[in-house]
This record gives sequence, structure tokens and C-alpha cells, in this order.
Amino acid sequence: MKSVIGRLCVECAARAVFLVDRDGQTIAVHGEIGDMDMTSFASLAAGNVAATHSMAKLIGENAFPSVVHEGERESIFISVIGRSLLVVVFDERSTLGLVKIRAKKASYEVAAILDDAAEDSKAFHIAQDSVFADISDDDIDSLFA
Amino acid sequence: MTFINYASREINCKIVYYGPGLCGKTTNLQHIYDSTAQEAKGKLISLATETDRTLFFDFMPLELGTVRGFKTRFHLYTVPGQVYYDASRKLILKGVDGVVFVADSQEERMDANIESLYNLEENLSTQGYDLMKLPYVLQLNKRDLPNVIPMEDLAFELRKKDEPVFEAVASTGTGVFDTLKGVAKQVLTELRKS
Repeated sequence: MKSVIGRLCVECAARAVFLVDRDGQTIAVHGEIGDMDMTSFASLAAGNVAATHSMAKLIGENAFPSVVHEGERESIFISVIGRSLLVVVFDERSTLGLVKIRAKKASYEVAAILDDAAEDSKAFHIAQDSVFADISDDDIDSLFA
Repeated sequence: MTFINYASREINCKIVYYGPGLCGKTTNLQHIYDSTAQEAKGKLISLATETDRTLFFDFMPLELGTVRGFKTRFHLYTVPGQVYYDASRKLILKGVDGVVFVADSQEERMDANIESLYNLEENLSTQGYDLMKLPYVLQLNKRDLPNVIPMEDLAFELRKKDEPVFEAVASTGTGVFDTLKGVAKQVLTELRKS
């Protein structure tokens, strides 16, 4: 996944590319992050897409597959891939057209990787059950000590 | 659903503060934010109107430490309490792991509490959740005000199951962390079953 996102970041001359799930959890990141608050960014991206999705329903559209915000210097393109969001942050070094074309191509690869990961996760989950089955009350209490 | 990243050994949980308008949901988050060490928290994001009423949500990430080698991070959200913003409330409940219902203890807000609680059950159900099965705590806020309903009466009216009930004065911080601990404990306990 990191290589697909990294390649997309280079190919569309983006500042950064994020893969975020629809609940606002960051899955993967590549690019110039600097001191950007990624947790807040992911949460707001998810909220943004959720709101846009509901607006689509209200006007009789099933969904908006992508969302664009264009600023004076920085812009954001979000492509919805199933349960995930591919977020491209770009500036004047790139163009919306280029980002759209490259992101669409990458989205097929991302979707395939996510499908495989979902399958792997089922098997992994069964094997990992014991990790959390052993959490004790003391473990939990220690978090608030 | 709790997001577990085995590669980076992180557990991410989403907790939503729900309740009627002006019951103190944002005040709860503000107190947690103000009382937490810088390294344990992210920014408090508040999408509010010009008059400081929550428009979409408030959000803050909070790191509590590690459990069994996994870093635990709680994503705390509030919903807009005003009846008008129901569509936003539905969206924020997506992916929720635990809910805190913040009730306003004042006598004149009893109807608003009941309406909001009913709205919570309905919106959870639209998202495929059942309040009876979800980690859930009830906070009775504003206990310092003169016109409050006795705790037993309020709990009797608002309690939905055997959820823990906490008295609070969010503006001074009383009961805020007990409430958070109450719901966080249930969320982490759920992991045992996952």
C-alpha cells in the first residue's frame, strides 16, 4: 500500500497522500507532512465525506465519488474507494486534472490491496484473538492511574 | 468499530458524547483537553457556529497509555445537541465504540433529555447499532445548580439498562474523568470478546 501511495504522490506532484477509513482513522500516509495534525485531518476528511454523501442522497444522487476543495495555494482531492478515502493534498506544483487522472488509476490498485487485506485480516483476526482475550481489569485501570 | 493496527500496535476507539442542547458535552471535552498533558492529546477541533454552539462536531484524540503493548488512543467526539442538526448527529455515530449520554439535571430540561435519549436510540438503530449492546454510560451533569432533579429520580427516568451513572459538574471538572473512565473501560472490555 505504501508503494502505491508513494508512487501516486510522485506521479501527481502532490504535497501528501493519505489513505483514511470512513470513520476517520488513518491507514497510510506519504509525503510532506511536516507538523500537520494528521489525526485531526483524517477525522475532518471523514466528516466532510460523510456530510457530502448525505447531501448527495438529499438531491437524489446515490453518492459523490469524489470531493474537491480548491484553495489559493493548497487544494485537496478526495476519492471514495469503498470504505476508504484516498486524499491528495496538492499545491501549485500540480493541477486538479493531473491529480484526478492519477488518483483514479491508483484507486483500482488501492481497492485491490484493500480487498486482499480484508481477506487476510479475517484469518489474522482468528489467530490474534488471544491478545485481547487476556486483557485484565488491572490493565484497564492502569491506563487511568 | 475499534480500529486495531497490529503493525503499529495501536488501538483506536471512537467515543461519542450525546445529549440535548447546552447539556455540557463540549464542556466535558474542554475539561479533558485542559487537564491532559500536551503529549497525550491532539488538537481540540470545534466545528461551531459564531455563537459557539456545536455545528457539526467537536473532536479530540486522547492517548491513555498502553494495554498489552498496544497504544490506546481514544477519539472523543461530541454531537450538536440542537434538534435542528439531526442529520449531523447520525453521521457522527458512524463507527462508534462507546456512547456517553450527558443529561442536563435541571428540572426544565427533563423533556429535552428524554427526547434526546429517544433520538440517540433511533439514530443508533439507523446506523445498525443497538444501545442495549453498546458500551454506554449516563452522566447527570450540572449537579451544582439549584433547580436539579434528585439523582435517583433522574436515573430512574433516563437509565436504559444497567449502565453506570455519574454525577458531574463539567464546568469544574467534577465527574468528567470518572465518566470517561466508565465508558473507556467498557470499550476495552469489549475487545476481550472481539
